[in-house]
Amino acid sequence: MDVNWNLLIQQLIIGLANGSLIALIALGYTMVYGIVELINFAHGEVFMMGAFFAATVVGLTGVTPQSAPLIIIGAAALALVSAMLFSAGINFGIDRIAYRRLRRAPRLAPLIAAIGFSFILMNIAIYWKGGNPISPPALLPQKYRAYNVLNEWFGLDTTIRLRPLDLLVFAITIPILFALTWFVYRTRSGKAMRATAQDRDAAALMGIDVNRTIGMAFLIGGALAGAAGMIALYYTSAARFQMGFRYGLFAFTAAVLGGIGNLYGAVVGSLLIGIVWSLSDGFMKTLIGGWGAQWTPSVIFGVLVLVMVFKPSGLFGDHVPEKV
Amino acid sequence: MMSNGQHDSIPGLIASLKRGNLTRRDFAKRAAAIGLSATLVNQVIGTQAQAQDAPSRTDIGAEGIEHNTDTSGGTIKIYSSWPLSGATEQLGGDAVEAVKMAFADFGNAAGGFAIEYEALDDGILANNGAWDAGVETDNANRAINDPDCMVYMATYNSGAAQISIPITNQAGLVQISHANTYPGLTKVTEGITLEGEPEIFYPTGTRNYCRVISTDDLQGGAAARWAYNDQGRRKAYILHDNQPYGRGVALVFQMVFEELGGEVLGFEGFDPNAPDYQSLMASIADAGPDIVYLGAIVNLNASKLLVDLRDFMPADDVIFLGPDGLFNQAFVDGAGEAAEGSYITFGGIPANFLEGAGADYAEAMEAVLGHIPDAYAMYAYEAAVVVIQAIDKAAAKDRAAILEALMGTTDFHSLLGHTWSFNAEGDSTVQMMGLNQVQDGQIVYLQLIA
Repeated sequence: MDVNWNLLIQQLIIGLANGSLIALIALGYTMVYGIVELINFAHGEVFMMGAFFAATVVGLTGVTPQSAPLIIIGAAALALVSAMLFSAGINFGIDRIAYRRLRRAPRLAPLIAAIGFSFILMNIAIYWKGGNPISPPALLPQKYRAYNVLNEWFGLDTTIRLRPLDLLVFAITIPILFALTWFVYRTRSGKAMRATAQDRDAAALMGIDVNRTIGMAFLIGGALAGAAGMIALYYTSAARFQMGFRYGLFAFTAAVLGGIGNLYGAVVGSLLIGIVWSLSDGFMKTLIGGWGAQWTPSVIFGVLVLVMVFKPSGLFGDHVPEKV
Repeated sequence: MMSNGQHDSIPGLIASLKRGNLTRRDFAKRAAAIGLSATLVNQVIGTQAQAQDAPSRTDIGAEGIEHNTDTSGGTIKIYSSWPLSGATEQLGGDAVEAVKMAFADFGNAAGGFAIEYEALDDGILANNGAWDAGVETDNANRAINDPDCMVYMATYNSGAAQISIPITNQAGLVQISHANTYPGLTKVTEGITLEGEPEIFYPTGTRNYCRVISTDDLQGGAAARWAYNDQGRRKAYILHDNQPYGRGVALVFQMVFEELGGEVLGFEGFDPNAPDYQSLMASIADAGPDIVYLGAIVNLNASKLLVDLRDFMPADDVIFLGPDGLFNQAFVDGAGEAAEGSYITFGGIPANFLEGAGADYAEAMEAVLGHIPDAYAMYAYEAAVVVIQAIDKAAAKDRAAILEALMGTTDFHSLLGHTWSFNAEGDSTVQMMGLNQVQDGQIVYLQLIA
């Protein structure tokens, strides 16, 4: 069979961009799991609220595609930071209100609380922005949606499309990932988080404020989800109250795939899911007649099942002793 | 026409003309028949000309059925069931208002009974308002278990009708839809309907379901012919949402497009919950279609699909065409600029393009709603008049009698200006298909294509 290289490369670009987005969400899942062994099912909705808040902030600034470039960049940066703070606040608030009180309760109690918060946030979102998808306020003229960096900047004669938006996803995601790694492995607070993750009681005996440290994990996880919300808003140019469910599910799957609790695992798992997603959407129909994009979720979760069967701890579950 | 059967005296004819029960042409014919001179006829018509220039929405209906506004017989309950929230909030809400207005126009009474109407929602807000099988089952059961309920006006989605028809069928309750277009609900259409359809929906073997709108065998076919003949399109890529309606109309499009000689590059279902369709669109763009047909309803992420489609296939190169499930302002608003230039078919004419009795209806609705009524609402109004006349005709609080009267509706003058009847299968004998285009964020009617 002939390989359609152009389409393959195009799908890899889309897959990596979506994977990066998933990674930002997956990190929040895996950090919280690593430290309190709780699957925070409300995390997807924290991400969605970030997207909604970013749309609101950009709307309030009144920026249009005709504004000066510096003002547009400023408004985008303001929306990004506001969404991060907003989502961090929500995630921290949920921990403070519910999870902290349930630290010593049976594991199912916080899990059910998380599912409850997921629905509460979705309903708040419906009340806030309605049930229909919202389009983000335009920041750049429409022509930039079709702008191809490979043609315009590098003068390549190709149909493969790389947009400024794709680059922006990488440009925001990659530094955030490095900053997070640096924080967890190089700072005092990061060390406290790793210590709490390993043994909460021992960490408390060593003078670490365990609740503060756990709250920190929720803050950081929420901030990452907020950043992902802002990026998703513009990358997919739509937001709706349900968006957290599917992205959240993919992110959770990615975290499990990479070995839950492991930061690098979450990132690798996310990129893998992004790529499986785009390859399935793009090629499944040519490989198996009658199959199409509607089978993509089955393919993704099929991969998860396979990995779990042969490597129950996830791809990186065994290699890294320290979890956060 | 609503008429009182007292025409053949000159004062009676003039009274009918004044009430708007008789057109000027009919008045002239009948007056001449009983010996009135042409000069006198013209004089009488002249005095009535102004009133006659503004036909009323209550003129519609079948002729010869006396409307009875007496309510001493008690109360008859009518339920409707279609989505009222999320993306279909306006679409469903306008239809409810149209039914309310129709009942009010006829004094909330018929056949000696007071008419009581209750609108049920068969959608789930958490699903962007999309219909839900469980909710539709509950609604249908509620209707059949209410001894006062004589008519079930449902549904909007064909998939929902597949759930409720067998329920109402077994209770002998007549069901009328203003919006279901999937052919398999009433008839066999080769290549589209599934084995056993439509009989599986009627366990008692007696038909109890009818609809006042054109079906998808017309819709998908007319769309394919327009794309092939008028637009010269030869390579189509077809997407659908896996529902009976969306997949059904997409299948008709595929069949007719191929029959005409066009090439179908792909026929594919999409995942309505996916947050992003760029990979899918990249692969479709790679196949190189000159038209993309999307068989889907607005609630199932259709706007987002169009946004991603336009990122890879600009409107100058690739036509986007969809059926009436997308004939909805929420679809256009959700897709923003990407919706510009899209074509959408609908089995009728939008409210703001109606004439005569239709224009009167549209004006009255706009006064109530504060916006131009959704196009489907016109069919909801018409269905409600069918219901009123059926109860008038049956003049009894009896499900079997009302079923028979309703299914036997003939020569019904519609808001669109034509006259239709229900055939034995419960489909309207007049089938029409309009083409619309999104221009400056609004759906604009272009022409009839069938």
